[in-house]
Amino acid sequence: MLDPSFLFAQSLSGLTAAMFLFLIASGLSLVFGVLRVLNFAHGTFYMLGAYSAYQIVLWIGPGPGTFWVAALGAALGIAVLGGLIERLLFRHLYGKEELYHLLFTYALVLILSDAAKILWGTQQKSVSRPPGLAGAFTLFGVTVPYYNLFILLLGPAIALGFWFMLQRTRVGRFIRAAALDRETLGTLGVNVSGLYTGVFVLASFLGGLGGALVTPVRTIVPGMDTEIIVEAFVVVVIGGLGSFWGTFLGALIYGQVLSFGILLFPRFSIFSVFALMAAVLILRPWGLLGRPLK
Amino acid sequence: MRLRRLPWPLVVLVAAFFVPALGSRFYTFVANDVAIWALFATSLNLMVGYTGLVSFGHAAYFGIGAYTTGLLMKKAGVSFLLAFPAAGLLAGAFALVFGFFCVRLTRIYFAMLTLAFAQIVWAICFKWNEVTGGEQGMPEIPYPSFDWMEGLAAVVPLVGGYRTSEYFYFLTLVLVAACLWLLHRIVDSPFGRMLTAIRENAERAEFIGINVRRYELAAFVLAGGFAGLAGGLFGIFNRGVFPDFVYWTKSSEVLIMTLLGGMGSFHGPSLGALVLILLNQQIVSYTEYWPLVLGTILVVLLFGFPGGLAGAAGALWTRAAGRFRRA
Amino acid sequence: MLEVRDLWKAFGGFQAVSGVTLTVPAGSISAIIGPNGAGKTTLFNLITGHLTPDRGRVLLKGREVNGIAPHDLCRLGMGRSFQRTNIFPRLSVFQNVQAAFLSHRGRGWNLVTRVDRLYRDETVAILAAVGLLDRADDVSGFLSHGGQKQLELGIALALEPEILLLDEPTAGMSAAETREAIALIERLARERRLTLLFTEHDMGVVFSIAHHITVLHQGRVIADGSPDDVRRDPGVRRVYLGEIR
Repeated sequence: MLDPSFLFAQSLSGLTAAMFLFLIASGLSLVFGVLRVLNFAHGTFYMLGAYSAYQIVLWIGPGPGTFWVAALGAALGIAVLGGLIERLLFRHLYGKEELYHLLFTYALVLILSDAAKILWGTQQKSVSRPPGLAGAFTLFGVTVPYYNLFILLLGPAIALGFWFMLQRTRVGRFIRAAALDRETLGTLGVNVSGLYTGVFVLASFLGGLGGALVTPVRTIVPGMDTEIIVEAFVVVVIGGLGSFWGTFLGALIYGQVLSFGILLFPRFSIFSVFALMAAVLILRPWGLLGRPLK
Repeated sequence: MRLRRLPWPLVVLVAAFFVPALGSRFYTFVANDVAIWALFATSLNLMVGYTGLVSFGHAAYFGIGAYTTGLLMKKAGVSFLLAFPAAGLLAGAFALVFGFFCVRLTRIYFAMLTLAFAQIVWAICFKWNEVTGGEQGMPEIPYPSFDWMEGLAAVVPLVGGYRTSEYFYFLTLVLVAACLWLLHRIVDSPFGRMLTAIRENAERAEFIGINVRRYELAAFVLAGGFAGLAGGLFGIFNRGVFPDFVYWTKSSEVLIMTLLGGMGSFHGPSLGALVLILLNQQIVSYTEYWPLVLGTILVVLLFGFPGGLAGAAGALWTRAAGRFRRA
Repeated sequence: MLEVRDLWKAFGGFQAVSGVTLTVPAGSISAIIGPNGAGKTTLFNLITGHLTPDRGRVLLKGREVNGIAPHDLCRLGMGRSFQRTNIFPRLSVFQNVQAAFLSHRGRGWNLVTRVDRLYRDETVAILAAVGLLDRADDVSGFLSHGGQKQLELGIALALEPEILLLDEPTAGMSAAETREAIALIERLARERRLTLLFTEHDMGVVFSIAHHITVLHQGRVIADGSPDDVRRDPGVRRVYLGEIR
């Protein structure tokens, strides 16, 4: 009954979903690790990334490089937006209660998603796959689009690049120090304010990039932001808030639980994901690979 | 300053009874909406404002209450008299189970776990078609029967001749007022003081002999129970129960109401419900972009008036009173 | 009253408390002194149940209290104050002390009585004793540092403890404030027949009121005895070179 090629297909689709989620959740986790803020608006950055990519494709018109220019442009645009929000507004809330942070980022969700509605309407939008990756190949009897293969390779590549940045660069060291102990950061001679802006910009970039890259495989609709943000929450909670490899692991687990959950209990796969999140929080609140906060 | 001495909540309640007399079904509808959300927001404030527990999943208990009365009244034909308390009890029971785990966590983890549990409830409501109606929800929840009111009208003047929706509005007023009165007693009791002590300094609270977790759990259960009662009313009022009652954005909406009105005062959340719903009604007649307006209000509030409307009004009052005395 | 037997605690690789043993007789005033980082606060937190020791026992009135939650310890008659001032900042001064009464007398689960009339006289008596009666309705977070310390003492007294543990009761105070605070503590201990154990960095304070002193250095007890014994101890003189004349 359980055909191996079917299982393989399920697992592959779970893996692809995981790579997208990793792109988005890594930004969320980064901001939490350094700023100790859960950014509800991160999902909205993702949605805006998708809409921006669509818009840029529309402007440039079809061509071999169009999609790639659009994806990069969208991610950069969202990075700038994130930086502006942090500089002009968000930093004035540091030192206030967490509730204020949460509600501010939620206010951003409301404002930005309505702005997207004003700009792009409520019709579904889509972007076609870049010409070079339009086809598909067959592996163990499963048809795999080249674009999915690209995503499967891009996810780990970004993870490795990111990890290299954290381990080997000055900024990376500061980010790791901040995730461990924020108080001592200032005494290390770090420009904390600049670091916060930088982290916010980087996280927004990742969110926007995730949104732009998802456009060839998912339609762009209003509401995709509030949906993805809970999924990203699940991922970072499972892996451990603020933990980099935890986020990667969390995304992998999420993808597999979701795609095999559909096999086992077709209607309750979404339930199993949230149940997993609750179980992790109960048994190991700091996540599988995170460490307890002081 | 005699104005301050007036029993304002009572004045508002009495005034509210005359809303249907204005003759507009729309006003009654809005007033009913406000009353229910006032109870929902005040129940949340018992946790957020009084105990210092930021819940991001309070809609779960509202939704459980709504589904409980909805199922009991529509599918089982149970009377409102039983279905209404059942909503509070079941929501409280769920709050007991979920809260048991939540109060073991602190701050952001607490908020995340309340969110996770709420999403579990949402996923069940969304997908369990046989019982909850799934994505389509459960329309056509019946009103409670008000035949006895018509009977009463034969004896007592002035109580008869209203529409069913208006009877339900009166019923809502009475029940919400009773619940708010109970909640007020609770926050003014020694128990309520223990909760504020925990909010102020949980570590110190332990050292004056307060079993912090147990009190937090009690606040969680009470808040959940009252939210369930509000939900029970809302399902009937709304003539249907839908899974988005439980979705996480509902939890944020009620948080915003609480913050808008002011978490520092008992009546703040009710004020927040009133202002937000009236504003919503006004603005949706001009533009479909209500969330944009709401988000902007929220930003202004967070940066300009962290004490909410009640806090801002209190400050204005003190200043005006000071000027008055000096003059 | 209180016995500590061979207590050990390490954080990571750092041995904060190594084999501390000490006894606090009923009705005495005892002090733990030592330079910064000697492990005083850690020892304190081990005794009061904030931290769990790696090894060793704490006995209160002959009863083992390791692993007992702080709220239960409080019922067994142990009160404490904190080094970093620890009050309920947005409650009024009156409410701070009243909350302690409500909790201690087991009224916390009362959901119906109006709270403002309960334990008025008792609270007023405590506020008078710690010299805060005229500030009763002020928001406690706005009190001066010294005032907050007085309030902390008031909260601790409302719990009617038999033994009171004070962690650096004069931390951050001026010389004049310190003198006043110490006079207050000494008077209250005498009037209420309290057993007192406190940590302190100010040597003058310690030698003026303590009957018994334990000196801690790098997590170990290096001297233990009457103020005179400790003053003469060569090991102590080495650690505190220049501080004791």
